[in-house]
Amino acid sequence: MTAHVRSAPVIPSGRASLWHFLEHQFSRYRTTWRPTIVSGLVSPVLFLLTIGFGLGSQIEDTSTLGTNDYAAYVGPGVLAAVAMLQGGSLGLWPTLGALKWEGTYEAVLSTPLTAPELATGHILWIGFRIVVGSTLYVIVLTLFGLVESPLAVLAPLVAGLVAMSFTAPVSAFSASRESDEGFSLISRLIFTPLFLFSGAFFPVSQLPVAVSWISRVTPVWHGVELCRHLINGEMQPLDDLAHIAVIVLWIVAGWLAARRTFSNRLSA
Amino acid sequence: MIALLNLTQGRGGPGSASRFPARHVFERNVLSYRRLWLVFVAGFIEPVFYLLGLGVGLGQLVGEVSVAGTSVEYAAFVAPGLIAASAMNAAVFDSTFNFFYKLKYAKTFDAMLVTPLRLGDVVSGEVAWSMTRSGIYATIFLAIATLLGLIESWWSLLTIPAALLIGIAFSAVGTALTSFMRSWHDFDYIQLGLQPLFLASTTFFPLSVYPEWSRPIVQATPLYHGVTLCRNLAFGAQSLGDLWHVAYFVAMAGLGVAFTKGRLRSLLMD
Amino acid sequence: MKMVSTVSPLTEGTLSIFGRLPERDGREIRQRMGVVPQEDNLDQELTVKENLVIYARYFGLSWSDAKARADELLEFAKLTDRADAKVDPLSGGMKRRLTIARSLVNDPELVLLDEPTTGLDPQARHLLWERLYRLKEQGVTLLLTTHYMDEAEQLSDRLLVMDEGKIVAVGSPTELIAQHVTKEVLELRFTDGTPDALHTLAHRTEQLPDRVLVYVGDGDAALAHMYNEGISPTGSLIRRSTLEDVFLALTGRSLNE
Repeated sequence: MTAHVRSAPVIPSGRASLWHFLEHQFSRYRTTWRPTIVSGLVSPVLFLLTIGFGLGSQIEDTSTLGTNDYAAYVGPGVLAAVAMLQGGSLGLWPTLGALKWEGTYEAVLSTPLTAPELATGHILWIGFRIVVGSTLYVIVLTLFGLVESPLAVLAPLVAGLVAMSFTAPVSAFSASRESDEGFSLISRLIFTPLFLFSGAFFPVSQLPVAVSWISRVTPVWHGVELCRHLINGEMQPLDDLAHIAVIVLWIVAGWLAARRTFSNRLSA
Repeated sequence: MIALLNLTQGRGGPGSASRFPARHVFERNVLSYRRLWLVFVAGFIEPVFYLLGLGVGLGQLVGEVSVAGTSVEYAAFVAPGLIAASAMNAAVFDSTFNFFYKLKYAKTFDAMLVTPLRLGDVVSGEVAWSMTRSGIYATIFLAIATLLGLIESWWSLLTIPAALLIGIAFSAVGTALTSFMRSWHDFDYIQLGLQPLFLASTTFFPLSVYPEWSRPIVQATPLYHGVTLCRNLAFGAQSLGDLWHVAYFVAMAGLGVAFTKGRLRSLLMD
Repeated sequence: MKMVSTVSPLTEGTLSIFGRLPERDGREIRQRMGVVPQEDNLDQELTVKENLVIYARYFGLSWSDAKARADELLEFAKLTDRADAKVDPLSGGMKRRLTIARSLVNDPELVLLDEPTTGLDPQARHLLWERLYRLKEQGVTLLLTTHYMDEAEQLSDRLLVMDEGKIVAVGSPTELIAQHVTKEVLELRFTDGTPDALHTLAHRTEQLPDRVLVYVGDGDAALAHMYNEGISPTGSLIRRSTLEDVFLALTGRSLNE
């Protein structure tokens, strides 16, 4: 007779299982990286080429921009603005998809990972993907000679934070929904104007005062300013700290909300 | 109580087949959108944001642009281009996302094909619906641009039939491409294709900005034809040469519909 | 099924429906036919009633006729109080009833049903059977496929058993039972293996892993006779033969996969 010795299962601590979640996502990433990279790199490069260089060639008056080169104005701004668009969209369909239609996250929860940890991992994972795409974009900016400061290496991290500051509250919202009804409205009526009025293409000071305040309280304009300062090498310490603070505030608030809605949904 | 069916409505089917069966496919879409009017609103508001954001916002930086020999403000230059772009957007979203859902998940077309409807009716009805959406978006956008004082010529009204033409062409190609899609992940490629079309279509700056070598590439893309056609009409600068744009879209529509029919035949009927 | 509903072209042979050829008169044939597919393909973007109305439009009914017809069918399918509900939250049985109601919008002469009650609970099945029976009473021809022999027994006048694409038997349920199995079946259990003598007592027996089936005309008489011969099973059950026995006798017990 052979004796079956069963070792006691090791229950990983919260941090360990969160790490396993990220590891698992990373192993899947090898097959799913293409769309993220493509939209993380191709989309900002397109805006840089067409609006930055193309339309930039038509611009006569650059006095309000703080630079003579419109491409140097748009290039860094688009980094944060596209990160916001991507973070926002990833918080909509793919989030509800993983929670509901594909059941991916339900499967994850049969492991020791808890719903709030899952929410944390979800947000971090999206942030990471945006950092990867953004890094490639900053390399492209360098090749075009649009990078003035070594601090630019920090810009992809800022882009990741901007993405998280959108994905966290948006995912929290999506997790509380039963269908994707209204998602395209959010994308078209909230993300698109925030993107266009983010200060990436022209200074928000040109906007009517009421509209410019919408840009000031949402995180994307802060990200645009911060990326521009890092890449153009014109840091403004006090302002920049305030920019970081607003972005982090949104991440934390969204993260807390997401922990809640993920729990409500998955533990029911 | 057991309800008894009234079987006296005329054996062998009430009435014979309709004269244009495809219109019932169209009706089905109208019915399904009655509750989704907000989606409709969102669809034409998006290009308005682009008009305000890039047209008006950037207009302060760009100043005047010359079109057909006259100098116009930048937003007036962008507006007709956005009519074409919104017609494209409407048609593409309907003929890709919605079409895929009906084809693969809801099995809407399977349910249609066991009725007197034929495959051709289904495809025509779907394409006609996408085209109508394009027309509605373009009309509303045109009205808004007129209110903003960006439209001056009466010829602009012809941008609406132009938008219908753009709509039918893009939706025919959209359904054809969608019939090759395997999962939602493939739709990233649609997004990926649309963005360069939109940004590089001369909506935001004239062809002359492009380096010489790249102009034929831009001129080969479909939205370029839409933007040029709409812009010429909006400024009353149309000429016989614009018939080339029309021919381009007619060819797109014809090929797209033929392709879609062939694909659906093998997907649904074998 | 797709060929009979004139959607797919024929792979071989000939097919004639209402005396017409599908490749030539597909539209006319479909005009007189209703189809209930195996998987519900109701329109999730429409309400319950709109599903019926728009389907009636496909068959060329005017809007007012289509609405009147929809109300009538909602009553028939016991869904009147759900007329304005969305389709998705309906139960499986309700969806099935709606799909069947939808197949009737054109007042068809022939209704094709592809495994109509698969996946339903017993109450829902019985309600469906009752509705289908009512249709049959009213003179509608039902052509249905099923894996459930009790369903076939309940609903069919004429039954066709298919095995690996070939017809192996045709007839009414009672005819098939009379032709292919005996009137009754004796199910016996033995603890120490089946005695050989058993096989000489009945003209057909079948050994299953846990019991033996003995096909006989009169179960009681056979059981009494067995006890006289000194065979005493640990458990015994006498039941009437069913279509299930016919099906298994014709197609065998091994999995055809």
